[in-house]
Amino acid sequence: MNRSLIISSVLHLSLIFITAMSLPFLAKKPLDIPPIVSVELIQIAEKTNIPFAPKAKKTIEEVKEKEKKLVSEQAPPKKVEKTKTKTVVTPDQNNKKIENQKPDAIPLPEKTIKKIKTKEEKKQNPDKIDTKVKQVSEFEKKDLIDELEIAALIDKKKKDSAKVVKKNNDVTQDQDRSVENTGLTLSEEDALKAQIFGCWSVPLGLPYNEDLLVRIKLKLKPDGSVIKTEILDHARMNKPGQGFYKVLAESALRALKLCQPLRVPSTGYERWKELQFNFDAKEMLGG
Amino acid sequence: MIRKFIILLLIVFPFKAFALIEVDITRGNLNPLPIAVSPLAIDEKSKKNFENILQIEDIGYEISNIVENNLKTSGLFNPLNKDAFLQAPDIANLKPRFEDWNLIKAQALITGKVNLVDEKLRVEFRLWDVLAAKEMMALAFTTVPNNWRRVGHIISDKVYERLTGEKGYFDTRIIYVAEEGPKTQRIKKLAIMDQDGFNNKFLTLGNELVLTPRFNPTSQMVTYLSYFKNMPRVYLLDIETGTQEVVGDFPGMTFAPRFSPDGKKIIMSFAKDGKSDIFTMDLENRIVERITNHPSIDTSPSYSPDGKYITFNSDRSGYQQIYIMNSDGTDIKRISFGNGLYGTPVWSPRGDLIAFTKLHKGKFYIGVMRTDGSGERLLTENYYQEAPSWSPNGRVLIFYRETKTNAKGEGFSAKLWSIDLTGYNERKIKTPTDASDPSWSSLLSN
Repeated sequence: MNRSLIISSVLHLSLIFITAMSLPFLAKKPLDIPPIVSVELIQIAEKTNIPFAPKAKKTIEEVKEKEKKLVSEQAPPKKVEKTKTKTVVTPDQNNKKIENQKPDAIPLPEKTIKKIKTKEEKKQNPDKIDTKVKQVSEFEKKDLIDELEIAALIDKKKKDSAKVVKKNNDVTQDQDRSVENTGLTLSEEDALKAQIFGCWSVPLGLPYNEDLLVRIKLKLKPDGSVIKTEILDHARMNKPGQGFYKVLAESALRALKLCQPLRVPSTGYERWKELQFNFDAKEMLGG
Repeated sequence: MIRKFIILLLIVFPFKAFALIEVDITRGNLNPLPIAVSPLAIDEKSKKNFENILQIEDIGYEISNIVENNLKTSGLFNPLNKDAFLQAPDIANLKPRFEDWNLIKAQALITGKVNLVDEKLRVEFRLWDVLAAKEMMALAFTTVPNNWRRVGHIISDKVYERLTGEKGYFDTRIIYVAEEGPKTQRIKKLAIMDQDGFNNKFLTLGNELVLTPRFNPTSQMVTYLSYFKNMPRVYLLDIETGTQEVVGDFPGMTFAPRFSPDGKKIIMSFAKDGKSDIFTMDLENRIVERITNHPSIDTSPSYSPDGKYITFNSDRSGYQQIYIMNSDGTDIKRISFGNGLYGTPVWSPRGDLIAFTKLHKGKFYIGVMRTDGSGERLLTENYYQEAPSWSPNGRVLIFYRETKTNAKGEGFSAKLWSIDLTGYNERKIKTPTDASDPSWSSLLSN
């Protein structure tokens, strides 16, 4: 009983620790997109990933804020207000929206710190288990450790954010990379799909209650011809009872070969030089 | 403990996904696959020998024609015209020039060679993927020369299986009731033929009325019903040896004996104590067991391929509908709820569908539904048609259809037809006489 309680509390703690570590990581992920290029991104995004556009705006603002943050290496909570006011000054049209979203990203450290504290407090409950040890100093020690941990966490975050911003500065000079995340536009994707639809003869005898997904990774030349194909679940090809999978994979490969050269966009080779096609016969076979 | 922790870490820790652009392809075309069936190469000496033995001019060409015809009738392949082939059969069999085959838009290519070795027919064939420029399959068979048609069917089966992912159905036979004469004095004989209509043979003389022949799914044994002195009698007939035995005489109306999936039992319906119910008979000890017991008329039982369930039709709801139950007769459930009458349910060898005949507003339909009664699809409609029987791979149904022979509606003709599950590929099967009640055998070569 005691042991399980300890295990559970340790695991809980580790969960909190991990989320504390990872949440800022998540928040900073979209920072890769530079402010100027992102305006173009929004235009493309109307066609492609509509939900992505507000994120991009968010991140643009975040980048600005964090650049400012770095100058004064102070604790984050106070800065939140400052950054808010600063952002209001920026002349973007969509400022109101961005304001609403920003606070979410910045106060995160506060929240996490609180969480850690509260859960450390919870740790005092299992102390009943440690009745033998019962020392006041123990508690004190723990509190101390907590503070240290939190401080360490904050430090880490500072370091992380600094790193990200640095990376970001590099990225801003390289436009291609920024486009990388956007994927293909809908029309580009549709052109490709329509082409493959025409080339793919679906084997009709496949058992439609099985998993009929074949994922193929392609390396392409700039003219759309295929350099290399790789079946991602290759091991399944020769598994007993999965003979149909081989048939399906071969039909997909045949389709790609028949369709060569693929109707790829005329620009942005870096973006699509590697593509993954997911051939799924389930819908066709009425499963 | 540490391991668990690491696993937890891996699960919980959000790592950055690799940004590879993915394109989902969920549609393709259902056009038949263009395939080139090159005539099988044969040297002059073998050619002459075969000509003497079989009276066939070019056996290599004939076998390739069988393959071509089989693949074409399946509806899934489009065999290309041989006139367009640029490469000679013998060279193509060694190493095809894929560019040449690509040029005529072939996606697959069959080549091969025929030899006479020790008075035996030796056939080797290769299946090539033209687009990938590689060999997909290579096999060789040796058999007596008279079996040359079967070699063609076996090659077709292998190619079909390799390219579609399911077993073929070409090396099979169909048993049916051959009918001749006016409707009032019909002579009915048992007859058997290859699935493509060749090698037709009559198995009975036509002295007695024969009905509903059914193949054993595990062997070349057939059970059928015949009237002997106006009493229905169930027979077993071994196609290989020609031996025939009486399983038993049954009183009253007896219907459609059919084998269980393991071939050890026969299931049928007959009238006992004034009501028609379903019974099984163990072929080893001839013990008859009652499965249903209801005042209504229960007929046309058919086992699921795993032997656990039975589908049958019954009018217990007031109209003839399809039901399923456990093989011991418990848990009877009605599965057909559409308008009209449903009959002759037959469970697919794949286990996923039940084929049936439906009568609605004076028209007969052959259709399929899932085993829970959902997804009903009517494949074909006509003035009179019934008795569907599945191909061994569960993709094609064979049935018979009666049509009027003149515009006034006088006279009629009964013929066998096949239709695949798409409902588009309907074909008439050539028979020398009128035909009804077909039953498809399992694969001969397995």
